[in-house]
Amino acid sequence: MSTDTALVAGRQLSLAFGNRQILQDVDITLMAGQIVTLIGPNGAGKTSLVRLVLGLEQPTGGSLRRRPGLRIGYMPQKLHLDPSLPLTVTRFLRLAHNDRAAIAANLALTGVDHLANSSMHHLSGGELQRVLLARALLRNPSLLVLDEPVQGVDVAGQARLYQLIADIRDQRQCGVLMVSHDLHLVMAATDTVICLNQHVCCQGHPDNVSEHPAYLELFGHSATAGIAVYTHHHDHDHDMHGDVTNCDASHCQHKDHHHG
Amino acid sequence: MADFLIYALLAGCSVAMLAGPLGCFAVWRRMAYFGDTLAHSALTGVALGLILSVNVSLAIVLFSLLLALALVALQHNSSLASDTLLGILSHAMLATGLVLVALFGRGRVDLYAYLFGDLLAVTPADLFTIAAVAAVIIPGLIAIWRPLLSLTVHEELAQVEGVAVVRTKLLLMLMMALLVAVAMKVVGVMLVTALLIIPAAASRRLARSPEQMAIGASLIGMTAVIGGVASSFVWDTPAGPSAVICAALAFGLSLLRPMPA
Repeated sequence: MSTDTALVAGRQLSLAFGNRQILQDVDITLMAGQIVTLIGPNGAGKTSLVRLVLGLEQPTGGSLRRRPGLRIGYMPQKLHLDPSLPLTVTRFLRLAHNDRAAIAANLALTGVDHLANSSMHHLSGGELQRVLLARALLRNPSLLVLDEPVQGVDVAGQARLYQLIADIRDQRQCGVLMVSHDLHLVMAATDTVICLNQHVCCQGHPDNVSEHPAYLELFGHSATAGIAVYTHHHDHDHDMHGDVTNCDASHCQHKDHHHG
Repeated sequence: MADFLIYALLAGCSVAMLAGPLGCFAVWRRMAYFGDTLAHSALTGVALGLILSVNVSLAIVLFSLLLALALVALQHNSSLASDTLLGILSHAMLATGLVLVALFGRGRVDLYAYLFGDLLAVTPADLFTIAAVAAVIIPGLIAIWRPLLSLTVHEELAQVEGVAVVRTKLLLMLMMALLVAVAMKVVGVMLVTALLIIPAAASRRLARSPEQMAIGASLIGMTAVIGGVASSFVWDTPAGPSAVICAALAFGLSLLRPMPA
């Protein structure tokens, strides 16, 4: 992967709060049209890495380059809306971009156009995720950053939401960085899974990562089924039981850490 | 109508109008304690103004601003919960103000007027100060309305979308400090927060958008001030506290209305 054309290129990223090391020597490259999924146990630094990419936090070591003029669409993990604030879905979206035609188009795209005049306080988990996705898409970003986009959504809804994200990537050719809430469910359209535990344990195509020793050590052999992959009709060529190849050395930064 | 009544109504309604939208942000952002702390510290500002022989309103504004900045710094570097910190500062400042006024303001300061307001004693000079404050707050609030609302809904999302979060929050505090300085004249140090919070809360169930809630809060606050002045004129009650009672009655009435869909 050439980093010249990368949307975001992070090299040897480190982040520490006081004596507490959150991230260490993390490399991450986000390209247009590619979906990168972050997985890792709680406290692995997934959200911290996302915050670095978003520019909400500055790395304490390493370098992070964003393509000049990069527009990021961000879908946060949660929305704590004070009940005293009256807000309809449309008004919420107008905060990001005051363009009613674009708002209607993106609400239709995410399948919640019927909620345009509903109160933000009365949305179900799945509806809220779709409204947040519509807001992330509203400014026509070249990079989508989605922090646990399917949380609070039932399994059938999760599959539909992943399908929608894959379709958006196909149509707009934007880069996607996603944090997965579920270690074992990573969408099929993912190009690269980065398995994070302070450092990058292993990374690669979902099929390969699930067989990587570092992955197995981190998530246990109970995960022998590996990463259950949502396939969809665009992806018949995926080889679910294909070659069991470990990540090649250039992709793997596995060190002698013990993961417990 | 007597001049003092006209001045009282003009001053009270202007301050209530400004307090409407700012009070909404105080409610949405849970800054009631913050407003209290600013208001209580204003008394220290009064005392410092007397000691240093500068304009008292100016002294209050400057001191409130200083305190607001100190609060921001403390909140970022403290292991104490924010409300504990505010409680400590708020009451320490109130006590300091009371002691300083007793030491240096004896005979020069009507403490009761500062604590509970003296609307019927408003002078044309006070009206001029309020007008100057309004001339800052109204355009300022319009200019930062959307970014401020956006960061109130989700601070980090707003920041990713390009909102200058720190600057916008500082501007909100500046406006709050300005308002507190003039609201003291109307309802006094002890009741400034009431003028911010109660009309905004009363307006919640009548509104379907943030803007409706802000305008509703202004209208309810202005009505309450008129009620307070009327009560003061007819029954000789203190105007500021009477206005707060009117606002609280409006809040009670608003509860009869179901939450809008």
